[in-house]
Amino acid sequence: MSGDSLMGRPGADGRFGEFGGRFVPEALMPACLELEKWFDDAWADPAFRAELDGLLRHYGGRPTPVTECGRLSERLGVRVLLKREDLAHTGSHKLNNVVGQALLTKRMGKGRMIAETGAGQHGVASATAAALFGLECTVFMGEVDTKRQELNVFRMELLGAEVRSVTSGSRTLKDAVNEAMREWVASVDTTHYCLGSVMGPHPFPYMVRQLQSVVGEEARAQCRDVLDGSDPDVVVACIGGGSNAAGTFAGFVDTGARLVGVEAAGGAAITNGIPGVLHGMHSRLLQDEAGQILEAESISAGLDYPGLGPEHAHLAAIGRAEYSTATDDEVLEAFRLLSHTEGIIPALESAHAVAWVARTAGTPALPPGSTVLITLSGRGDKDVAQVREIFGRGRDA
Amino acid sequence: MPDLDKELRARRDSGRKLLIPYLMGGMTDDWPQTLAAVVAAGADAVEVGIPFSDPIIDGPVIQEAGLRSLTRGTVPQEVLDGIAGAESPVPVAVMTYYNIVFRAGHKRMARSLAAAGVSGAIIPDLPIEEIDPWAAEADGAGIATVLLVAPSSPPDRVERICARARGFVYAVARMAVTGERGDLGNDLTKVVERIRNCTDMPICVGIGVSTPAQAAEVCEVADGVVVGSALVRRLLEGEGPDGAAAFVGSLRDAIS
Repeated sequence: MSGDSLMGRPGADGRFGEFGGRFVPEALMPACLELEKWFDDAWADPAFRAELDGLLRHYGGRPTPVTECGRLSERLGVRVLLKREDLAHTGSHKLNNVVGQALLTKRMGKGRMIAETGAGQHGVASATAAALFGLECTVFMGEVDTKRQELNVFRMELLGAEVRSVTSGSRTLKDAVNEAMREWVASVDTTHYCLGSVMGPHPFPYMVRQLQSVVGEEARAQCRDVLDGSDPDVVVACIGGGSNAAGTFAGFVDTGARLVGVEAAGGAAITNGIPGVLHGMHSRLLQDEAGQILEAESISAGLDYPGLGPEHAHLAAIGRAEYSTATDDEVLEAFRLLSHTEGIIPALESAHAVAWVARTAGTPALPPGSTVLITLSGRGDKDVAQVREIFGRGRDA
Repeated sequence: MPDLDKELRARRDSGRKLLIPYLMGGMTDDWPQTLAAVVAAGADAVEVGIPFSDPIIDGPVIQEAGLRSLTRGTVPQEVLDGIAGAESPVPVAVMTYYNIVFRAGHKRMARSLAAAGVSGAIIPDLPIEEIDPWAAEADGAGIATVLLVAPSSPPDRVERICARARGFVYAVARMAVTGERGDLGNDLTKVVERIRNCTDMPICVGIGVSTPAQAAEVCEVADGVVVGSALVRRLLEGEGPDGAAAFVGSLRDAIS
């Protein structure tokens, strides 16, 4: 056991404090153990790191900027900065993770990646990286999500990936993960499971956080440029599984900044969850008294998940990060607010972080004059049709 | 409750091949009668599923069975009550996922199983690295924790798994989730040999064993066979205790 150092390497058993671990069928245990070795080896290899950095820069569009929000800051009475992951290739932070895992897939000598997706952002990013590296790619997506994110299904297919619609269970993200795990059991010799968030069995939560830490590292340096060498008072990110938040927090965990993760009110695993085991990890989960997993319900497909990454459960337990929620209505208001005041249409997922800032600005949770960094994890183009329909049902846009 | 290891060993050592059918607890009103019927038809032990919402090692048939059971409102204790009521003369092992055990609490679950007369537990998402807290309580309550060995398990892991396994060793015939298959695949002999090198415990093979002919083929190398999806599919299609008994009887005849 270890994982005591803040956002350091978890213990040999893959634990962050009490959370994490590896709860997978024996058939997958050797693959998890091998993946850990492959990743450790690659992460320590300067050539791998240089190749990854070069791809993120020249292909992915990094570094993404930090944008000072003049009109929004004036409106809210707090100084708002945005880390613009919406400007990265494929429109979200997801590419950081998949480029790393695609490189690793090749390094392991495997020719195929599988992935789960909720909103489609991770699926699109995976399909993109697979196309770039000439890998086969199959993306599992809940049937409900294939309908609310039709365009992303087409994008993935355009990029050469096969999209499999998952019709089991709640037909959303959790079931897409189940189906990807099942497929991984049957194809582990030739296939890497490119998990999209800081969840699943060790080493995924650690590996994905490391691959996303570029967000936080860039943001810290950029904030210091803007803020005359100081850090923001508060750093905010939305959480489904929690990868953009983990990557962001990794850059600020050793500063004085408060760290705030915002979950969907209908999928709030920290606020309403209970410790349990799902998808290979010990974390906090929405579940009933018998241990059956409950279905999350959110306007954003990407946050429709009844758990979250184990490191977040740990950061909450030790009090280093705070976790809050935003309701669908607050999220829609925030979606409109950022669009109107800054000319930036956020992903519905990212709008959760904006919603928390809009709600708490000027209260003791975010006093007037505070400086707050929001990781804008993705752009909202994918959500425009859905939001238009909602606003059309009795709201004025 | 019968001792899973002793019972199965004694039967194997008498020259009998072991037959372990799988049923989903709570799937129909008459599932305890089905349990009794498959025992009467020649089962040496029975595996009873406690349904879980997210069964990641199960294919479509067992998924559907679990969903049907959960939709009927089944909770774990009802499955245990059904097992207790069936008063099976052969050992019963439950199969479920770790969150059901974790949520109940290790000690409470182990005691509940023992109180229901359950002899063993199969928890496929609990690998040896994570098993200690559960295994300590299970051992204390006399519940045999059956462990799985997969085709992907290297010899050093097989050795550690066999050292920790109780009751019997569950050999996974192929890299796949549960479900019926047209053939047994190419990994079966290798897996059984690796296990045999480490232990003299009974070795039963499952995952994809679907027909009497396949069961007979398995029993040429292993001590017995676990048959799940092929039986559960028949039950999902509406066959009751009699149909289940007929199918299990045909498996019994094939492996003798």
